Amino acid sequence: MSTSLNLKKPVPKSVAVRRVGFLVGGWVLLYSFNEQLWDWLFFDLAGWDSQNRVVSSAHFLLYDLSKISILLTGITFAVTFIQSYISLEKTEKYLGGKREGLGHVIAAVLGTVTPFCSCSSVPIFIGFVGSKIPIGITMTFLIASPLVSEIALFMLLALFGWQIAVLYAVAGLTVSIIAGYFLGSIKAERWIEPFVFERRKAATGTVTLRYSIDHRREMAIDEAKAIYRKLIPYVLAGLVVGAAIHGWIPAETFTGLLGAENPFAVLMAVIIGIPIYANATGVMPIFEALYARGVPVGTLLAFMMSVIALSFPEMMMLKRVMKPQLLAMFAGVVALGIITVGYLFNWIL
Amino acid sequence: MEIKILGPGCKNCELLEKVTKQVIDELAIEATIEKVTEYEDILSYGVMSTPGLVVDGTVILNGRVPTPRALRELIQSR
Repeated sequence: MSTSLNLKKPVPKSVAVRRVGFLVGGWVLLYSFNEQLWDWLFFDLAGWDSQNRVVSSAHFLLYDLSKISILLTGITFAVTFIQSYISLEKTEKYLGGKREGLGHVIAAVLGTVTPFCSCSSVPIFIGFVGSKIPIGITMTFLIASPLVSEIALFMLLALFGWQIAVLYAVAGLTVSIIAGYFLGSIKAERWIEPFVFERRKAATGTVTLRYSIDHRREMAIDEAKAIYRKLIPYVLAGLVVGAAIHGWIPAETFTGLLGAENPFAVLMAVIIGIPIYANATGVMPIFEALYARGVPVGTLLAFMMSVIALSFPEMMMLKRVMKPQLLAMFAGVVALGIITVGYLFNWIL
Repeated sequence: MEIKILGPGCKNCELLEKVTKQVIDELAIEATIEKVTEYEDILSYGVMSTPGLVVDGTVILNGRVPTPRALRELIQSR
């Protein structure tokens, strides 16, 4: 049984909306003028020579760092705010009656937009099974969630344009749908720990909280700060690697190893990407640099997806409910899907 | 007041514990805080998305870590 509880509004709605408006407006201004600001600081105020390699590297680093920082905090804020309206419980109810096929598509989309902590993967698995949601659909949901990161999506949109963002979304959704469908069709139930299927005693009741707009604004700000603090080391590392790629690694490495001529490029990218687990944002500067150096988009997307898709902590948790064979198949099917998508996109683009 | 924090021990669960302790101290409430980390037990409360917060037997929130302000109001209203 579930009841609803509305938290009192700490400020009137109009005030809350105005606060959010100011935040958004301020952010738009900051983002729009960021590049000009750095140009002015370096070349007008300080009067440094833009042709100088050290100057241009420093300028690039600071500009890119601030650009990604502004984007990251803004996107995290927006995504957290919007996702505060989406709950796992509602999603579960919605997936309840759906069958294979269409159910997979819906599960993939919902997996992408529904926020949940990766430590919830196991309770979600058990809960979904308990709600008679088919295993394949549950798998699609659990694969789609980390694979299609809303934050990565908007970063790609801002940095590379809508076409690449759409490609990423389509790629991620497709991989999760096909992987989940496949795993469902091979009757993955036989490799799932029996306790998952046990009937549970009825829940004591949950309360669904309705936060007011001001609460959501606050939570979104907190989350933006927390994510930023967590990711900034990755971003910095990525920037350094990106700068090195920009300035110091010879062009042949790219056309040769990672470029269109190498038929194994996608395969390599995915194999390298799987053991690495980082957040998509940290990979962005590297993505930017490689893209500028002509590495094909399919290869880049495959790399990014394999980095963010399968995380060691999540695998360790899923190990509690999935027997090793299933876990291996889970990882294998996802990897295969990503590789396929990488080659496909390189081919059609 | 009997408080239970549901979660297998990830960062969010620890954050929830921190925020809860902070609010309890601010409101000067007598409370015990217990961590529930086994999935079986967590699920018995009907909670799927961790972390969850149980106060005197009722789940008052789950899924995300509330801001201190929101949690304060929630606890005060009990």
